[in-house]
Amino acid sequence: MQTTGFQKNDRGRRIAFRRHVPQPESGTSAQSIDCPVCGLRIQPRQDIIDDVSAKPPLLTCQDLSLGYEGREILGNVTFSVRAGDYLCIVGENGSGKSTLMKTILGLHAPFSGQIITGDGLKQNEIGYLPQQTAAQRDFPASVREIVLSGCQGRCGLRPFYTQAEKRLAADNMEKLGLTPLARRCYRELSGGQQQRVLLARALCATRKLLLLDEPVSGLDPKVTAELYQLIADLNARDGITVIMISHDISAALRYATHILHIGDRIFFGTRDDYQRSEPGQGYFRSKGA
Amino acid sequence: MLGKLFLYLQYPFVRYALIVGTLIALSSSLLGVTLVLKRFSFIGDGLSHVAFGAMAAASVLRLSDNMALVLPVTILCAVLLLRAGQNTRIQGDASIAILSVGALALGYLLMHLYPVSSNVSGDVCSTLFGSTSILTLTGGEVWACVALSVLSVAAFVLFYHKIFAVTFDESFARATGTDAQLYNLVIAVMIAVMIVLAMNLVGSLLISALVVFPALSAMRLFKSFRAVTICSACLSVCCTLVGMLVAVAASTPVGATIVAVDMAAFALFYALGAFRDAG
Repeated sequence: MQTTGFQKNDRGRRIAFRRHVPQPESGTSAQSIDCPVCGLRIQPRQDIIDDVSAKPPLLTCQDLSLGYEGREILGNVTFSVRAGDYLCIVGENGSGKSTLMKTILGLHAPFSGQIITGDGLKQNEIGYLPQQTAAQRDFPASVREIVLSGCQGRCGLRPFYTQAEKRLAADNMEKLGLTPLARRCYRELSGGQQQRVLLARALCATRKLLLLDEPVSGLDPKVTAELYQLIADLNARDGITVIMISHDISAALRYATHILHIGDRIFFGTRDDYQRSEPGQGYFRSKGA
Repeated sequence: MLGKLFLYLQYPFVRYALIVGTLIALSSSLLGVTLVLKRFSFIGDGLSHVAFGAMAAASVLRLSDNMALVLPVTILCAVLLLRAGQNTRIQGDASIAILSVGALALGYLLMHLYPVSSNVSGDVCSTLFGSTSILTLTGGEVWACVALSVLSVAAFVLFYHKIFAVTFDESFARATGTDAQLYNLVIAVMIAVMIVLAMNLVGSLLISALVVFPALSAMRLFKSFRAVTICSACLSVCCTLVGMLVAVAASTPVGATIVAVDMAAFALFYALGAFRDAG
């Protein structure tokens, strides 16, 4: 009989064993009950009760193996996020952070394993802030047009936007301080403003989960700090779950609640666990943080 | 000269040519913005060479209706090219080059091996540079052209927001549940139809001009996608009308004259843009 409780598996993930342990002494606690199957008296463990009563995971990746063009670059990724989490994905260049994100978004099919969305999240309700492409830098489009295009996913075959969608876009522009820029051309904005536009667009696509692919790359330190603060506010105030790829380990540790480290060794856990873990320690040394 | 123009305008075939020219200019410029931004400026050129090859094959096979072969072949190639645009071993520009040169060579070869008329180089020249055939359209052809143009403009209006989303950021659109493949397919079919139509007007070597010039001119001055699209459509229609009228009045080649007017408009818009940036 396995014991009930948490155990870390070889990938550092906390596994909860939900099997009960028969208690030889009965009546030790008011909460103990008779097992409906075997009749033995069982004592549920409080940490499992806490765990079960917590919100169900918004997104779970189970034994994911991924890559592209038939080449696996990352295997055995398992993690889950719950509503309100702030997960930072860290790892060396080329370790597959962006590919992982694209797999979560359904842009690549995983080789094996599964991605389970829960807690009422639909696959097309994930907001995404991609890395900018070269074509976008000279794209003639107004800020409003771009933010509104975030609503496209919910249109289906309907050709035009509804009033509610236009209002949603306006609200998100207001929230990110873009209203004065609504008629400005995207290509004339500064890098930080462009990222805020894309963030507003992502917010139009989701109310629950944001995936950000290195949102601060190429921004100066002041704008970087502002953008991090904005994301942290969205997470704390609006309860939007955030999954962010970052090179910036110090920012990851400042804002994130959970860390997923990918590379030769995969770690997933809370920020505090990560700082104590071996991959975390190694990463600090290499980054000099 | 003006009197000559009014004289010509009394003939139905000149009026047909003006109607068809306007419609083609309109539908090609609408997609032009998207194509330029997707870095597919040369797709017009590539596809029109494919259409040229198909047309040569059709005349060698002595098909009564060229369109029955040309349109499906061109649509097929457009779909292949736009699908191949992402994540393939041969990149977009290279695949366009391969297809366009290959089709051009095969078409010319076919026309040479199995000459349908005695004047092969004349035939080739008129398909490449546009011909007076725009002035010999029959009523039926005009109606077919009107129907296809109306369809493609209607499709553009209906799919406008989706085309914008897919053009601006295909990954985001796909990630948030827009069927990007479907809309790329729609874009490809519309381009193919437009090119087959436009071959009569400016010929396959100059088609890119209809796609690229109005879009680039409009992008120089305007700042939103909607404004750029509308301006590019208006500009394209104006330039084509002016070009055709000049060609009729001055007896110059239709295709080349239209492209020359487009170039002049482009230079004007560029100068205006530079003037505004400076001031």
